[in-house]
Amino acid sequence: MSSVRVLVGTRKGAFILTADGRRKDWSVAGPHFAGWEVYHLKGSPADPDRIYASQSSGWFGQIIQRSSDGGRMWEQPGSDIPTGDPAGSSSEAPLPTGESNRFVYDTSPGTGRPLTSHQWYDGSQHPWEFKRVWHIEPSPADPDTAYAGVEDAALFRTTDGGASWHELAGLRGHESGPKWQPGAGGMCLHTILLDPSDPGRIHVAVSAAGAFRTEDGGETWRPINRGLVSQYIPDPTAEVGHCVHCIAKHPSRPATLYMQKHWDVMRSDDSGASWREVSGDLPSDFGFPIGVHAHEPETIYVVPLKSDSERYPPEGKLRVYRSRTGGDEWEPLTSGLPQKDCFVNVLRDAMAVDSLEPCGVYFGTTGGQVYVSEDDGDHWTPIVRDLPAVLSVEVQTLP
Amino acid sequence: MIRVVIPQHLRTLAGVDGEVALAVASPVTMTALLDALEQRYPMLRGTIRDHATGRRRPLVRIFACGEDLSHERPDAPLPGAVVSGAEPVYVVGAIAGG
Repeated sequence: MSSVRVLVGTRKGAFILTADGRRKDWSVAGPHFAGWEVYHLKGSPADPDRIYASQSSGWFGQIIQRSSDGGRMWEQPGSDIPTGDPAGSSSEAPLPTGESNRFVYDTSPGTGRPLTSHQWYDGSQHPWEFKRVWHIEPSPADPDTAYAGVEDAALFRTTDGGASWHELAGLRGHESGPKWQPGAGGMCLHTILLDPSDPGRIHVAVSAAGAFRTEDGGETWRPINRGLVSQYIPDPTAEVGHCVHCIAKHPSRPATLYMQKHWDVMRSDDSGASWREVSGDLPSDFGFPIGVHAHEPETIYVVPLKSDSERYPPEGKLRVYRSRTGGDEWEPLTSGLPQKDCFVNVLRDAMAVDSLEPCGVYFGTTGGQVYVSEDDGDHWTPIVRDLPAVLSVEVQTLP
Repeated sequence: MIRVVIPQHLRTLAGVDGEVALAVASPVTMTALLDALEQRYPMLRGTIRDHATGRRRPLVRIFACGEDLSHERPDAPLPGAVVSGAEPVYVVGAIAGG
């Protein structure tokens, strides 16, 4: 029987929730990396037991963890303790190889770009400074290859299982870079969409710069923000500067993208070349995550929030909204979700779907709940209620 | 041997309990000590000193012999009591956050 493994990143560690295909009886493992912020965990489609995790703290920086057994045991790739004198010796121990958490912008003449500056909150220019990894996207084909979206916004890639990371500097080095600016959460690259049918094509999104696409595996990039309108920036239709919160797509429709922008839910059917608004009858078109049904490419999910300042569910009612028409027409999904006195947030990477039948939909809240619907969103049940604030939710469907 | 006490989160990363004892070639400076610590425990690279700049991370402080050494020159000799092993060096995460 199939099973599911839900990978939950929180403010205080990582948790792994597992159940069989009925998705009724859940086991909770964790916290892993207790006390650390875990912005994201994600498994390799090519080897589901290979999981990467981004572990960070304001004190001690960025750590990359890797599991090869589905999340039971973890290691920092490339950081094996040298053998020899147990007390260690600076003169006798082998040269260390621990570079799994080394995210240094590529400024080399050959492959890099000069470390320029981006726009700061006050409009001045500010140099790029690495802070953390927001999102890890493993390759669909190779367990040792993964991409990392980082703050300050840039894209890194590993091809050795996370032992070392190298920037794809063409993105940060795009001529529009000095116009990029941080959102309230920092200037983060939070969305990475790989295309199994075309390894050269990658979509990414940056808050607050917008969406970008490469067709050559990351060498060169173009902004893809035509059609976005952001009233909160000096030029509402500027080429860059838009606060894109999340982008999702269905694997069978590589050219169709769905976007939750700071305000507005958007859709593109030409790989991002142009966008149109599909917010339709949503009670609020502000939100963070957007998800696509595993089997219905025109069925999408958002979690509207009251904003711009409050950022909690309208009227204190936690409602997922579903569109079965690819946008414009939306229906609230409320069964099993709190419909009064609920003031949690659902962050951009905190929604995911499984590929069982019917499709399971999952999301986590800043109140520590992780909800599951095993029937396309019609009914919801909390898997856990009292975790630390949930930063990310990913789901693996296992045979 | 130079004695070093690292904070709990870094002990977990390095898989150690209590103090760490390191052989450090003379002259014993903060740079030499942290180089030896990172060589012995490569998973700690980047956690005390920033990978790109090599500078102490802002919320990491370093004490020894009742003194805050955080702002001393990295190539300054460490106190004699540290070099002799009588006193440990404390790597401390600043109190912050929730």
